[in-house]
Amino acid sequence: MNNGLVITLITSGIVYGTPLVLAGLGELLTERSGVLNLGLEGMMLMGAVCAFAVSQNLGGPSWLALVVALIAAIVAGTLMSLIHAFVTITLRANQVVSGLALTIFGGAVGLSSYLAGVWHLGGTPGRHRFGPIDVFGLGNLPIVGPIFFHQDVIVYLTVVLVACAAWYLHHTRIGLHLRAVGENPHAADSMGVNVTRYRYVHTLVGGALAGVGGAYFSLAITPSWTNGLTTGAGWIALGLVIFAFWRPGLLLIGGYLFGLITGLGFNLQAHGVTLPPEVFSALPYFVAIVALVLVSSVWGKRRLAAPAALAQPYAREER
Amino acid sequence: MTVDSQATRPPAISARAVTRRFPGVIANDKVSLDVMPGQIHGLLGENGSGKTTLCKMLTGLYRPDEGEILIDGKPVELRSPSDAFEYGIFMVQQHFSLIDSLTVAENLVLGWTPHSQMRFDRKQAEREVAEAAEKFNIQVDSSAYVWQLSVGERQRVEILRALYRGARILILDEPTTALVPQECDELFASMASLAGSDHSIIFISHKLREVMTCCDYVTVLRHGQRVGTVEMTEESRQPRRLAQLMVGREVVLERKTATTARDQGDAVLELAGVSAANDFGRLRVNDVSLSVHAGEIVGIAGVAGNGQVELAEAISGLRRRTAGEITVGGKTVRNHDPRSAIRAGLAYIPEDRLGVGLAPGLTITDNIMLKSFGGKAYSKGPFLSHRKARARTDELLERFGVKGKADDLVRELSGGNAQKVLLARELSDEPAALVIASPTRGLDVAAIESVRELLVKVAADGAGILLISEDLDEVLDLSDRIAVMYEGKIMGVLDREGAELDELGMLMAGIEVAA
Repeated sequence: MNNGLVITLITSGIVYGTPLVLAGLGELLTERSGVLNLGLEGMMLMGAVCAFAVSQNLGGPSWLALVVALIAAIVAGTLMSLIHAFVTITLRANQVVSGLALTIFGGAVGLSSYLAGVWHLGGTPGRHRFGPIDVFGLGNLPIVGPIFFHQDVIVYLTVVLVACAAWYLHHTRIGLHLRAVGENPHAADSMGVNVTRYRYVHTLVGGALAGVGGAYFSLAITPSWTNGLTTGAGWIALGLVIFAFWRPGLLLIGGYLFGLITGLGFNLQAHGVTLPPEVFSALPYFVAIVALVLVSSVWGKRRLAAPAALAQPYAREER
Repeated sequence: MTVDSQATRPPAISARAVTRRFPGVIANDKVSLDVMPGQIHGLLGENGSGKTTLCKMLTGLYRPDEGEILIDGKPVELRSPSDAFEYGIFMVQQHFSLIDSLTVAENLVLGWTPHSQMRFDRKQAEREVAEAAEKFNIQVDSSAYVWQLSVGERQRVEILRALYRGARILILDEPTTALVPQECDELFASMASLAGSDHSIIFISHKLREVMTCCDYVTVLRHGQRVGTVEMTEESRQPRRLAQLMVGREVVLERKTATTARDQGDAVLELAGVSAANDFGRLRVNDVSLSVHAGEIVGIAGVAGNGQVELAEAISGLRRRTAGEITVGGKTVRNHDPRSAIRAGLAYIPEDRLGVGLAPGLTITDNIMLKSFGGKAYSKGPFLSHRKARARTDELLERFGVKGKADDLVRELSGGNAQKVLLARELSDEPAALVIASPTRGLDVAAIESVRELLVKVAADGAGILLISEDLDEVLDLSDRIAVMYEGKIMGVLDREGAELDELGMLMAGIEVAA
């Protein structure tokens, strides 16, 4: 392989990995509070469709249209996750069922495709897109230039968000409380931590980030609309959270790795390698299964385990 | 009898006629309590008598339906645990409310912001916690993860957390359950020293001996009502009187028949060098050899978590043994094969009755059939015969005195009746040996009595029983011989006659005793 291909691969790996990291980071925060939200795919598609609809209908400077579109994606994702939060935290319904319902509701054969039809989004190219920016004029450097200094603004924002989340989890009091809520809500509650509030806030943040992750597809990767645009990215992001053992730093690395695998599929096809693309679409799931095995292994149970109270509804007066 | 009159200061905390209802039960019915500063106040009662409910109201976890709570003589409304903290009330729960995956220091600062700052500095927190530990003379390692600590250490962490946050009123909910006698003494000593520095302590227990040892006053609850409050003077330290208050009648929990069969009986359960590991691959049963004879009850005493559960599972075939042989009624039992153990004549009653022993969502009949549905008693040719099963169940329910009908769901039974259904199933095939873990945990006094009587009867009828229990009194009352387990090993086997509590305590703490 020549240098050019490698650079293209890595650059596109980062691009394909970014929505996974965004949605995965949201899910990571949600799961750290003890809430499992399997509705990622649905929330991402709703974010994607709302962002695209808004950007298509806005003229004016691109940056402004894109910011407004992102806000629309955040609102859409947050509203979707609010359903999940209300059903699972307030009504204490089964989190798996509610999350799956959310994905079906928002998904490729659900609301997102319906809205796209009503708004006539299909078939038209996007008016605005997040394009690469040249950071500090370093984009022309050999090798590192295109990889690190010639990406779009969301890529850089994502890295900053991951760093903030890592710091938030381990070096702030709120982060400490969040971990406590996800590990043992009864204990956290008896220590005066408001379990309901922590769970709501982090479920909504998860929805907002999933919305942004979805919008990245319709505003940066494809800039156009087809039904089911995210093609299972929500599910890969769920696997990514496990792969990252619920740690933001690993999530970033894992996200780019998964992105690389996705990009590899497209790029090898373009270079005439005839491996079936399904192999590459299946790889992230395979890696996630390996990670799950590790998590449940003897060694993993102690060091890498999922938040102990994950997917458990919390009721104070349960006797 | 309240203590108001004897002091000029108002009580540190008091409850005035508080009532709390749950669906179908009145957990607390107009209960009153006064605890003075510097006083250790015992709260005595059986399981389900309302002790824990009362304390959850004092700490803001539940709110009283009626009545009021006073701090220093002023009525207060405790809406949440953080309200209770504000007044310096802190409860050390029966199930520790520590988070395993966090360090001691992280647990201590949790939910509490002494500097109300955003940043969390782990090193600084560890330093502060270490200082507090020194100040209150409680030994803990502030940087250790909670999962690395022993039960006694976890309890010290809980108490330190309360003090670190400025607690004046400490509520200890059954604090001695998991401690060896020596650790209990340490606990009582630190309670006394805290009382000396004007802290008030509410000590919840259902063990008379402990309450009499360490409390100044004792309030007895029964069925959610206050039966009385007694000052602990030399004269009133009479177990009989408190026991009567607690149960409302004379209790005899002594074993009524002394076995004579031990020496004549054949060994019905023999363990030779049995070892087994826990789920994490750590050796928890280490080279255990033991035999149980027909007509004999052998008790396994020990602090929870010293391999008792793993031992019971290894014998029943639920857990793979890494070494050793097990024979039941002279037949060798295959490793990791419950069916082989059952065929050899072993009955097993696990500690977790509803989770492991029974299927709570099924009827009594279905549960009774579970183990031997293929047998003639329940089937006709290749099909189940519900008529036969029903008849058999009705007969067993009557024989074992279960209050319930064949079609009742097991989930709806009381703990005592569920345990009897389990006993009925396991004993209906007249097993050679019975392994039973914590047979009376969570049962009320009447049920405890009848389950114990049943066990004695089963032994008298010629079965050998291996009784595993954390309740030392239970082991002492029922067993012919007592084996003490510590870190997977049998530390010693004592005859019931001549078993000294001190000696048992030392063995339970892992201290070798010269024979």
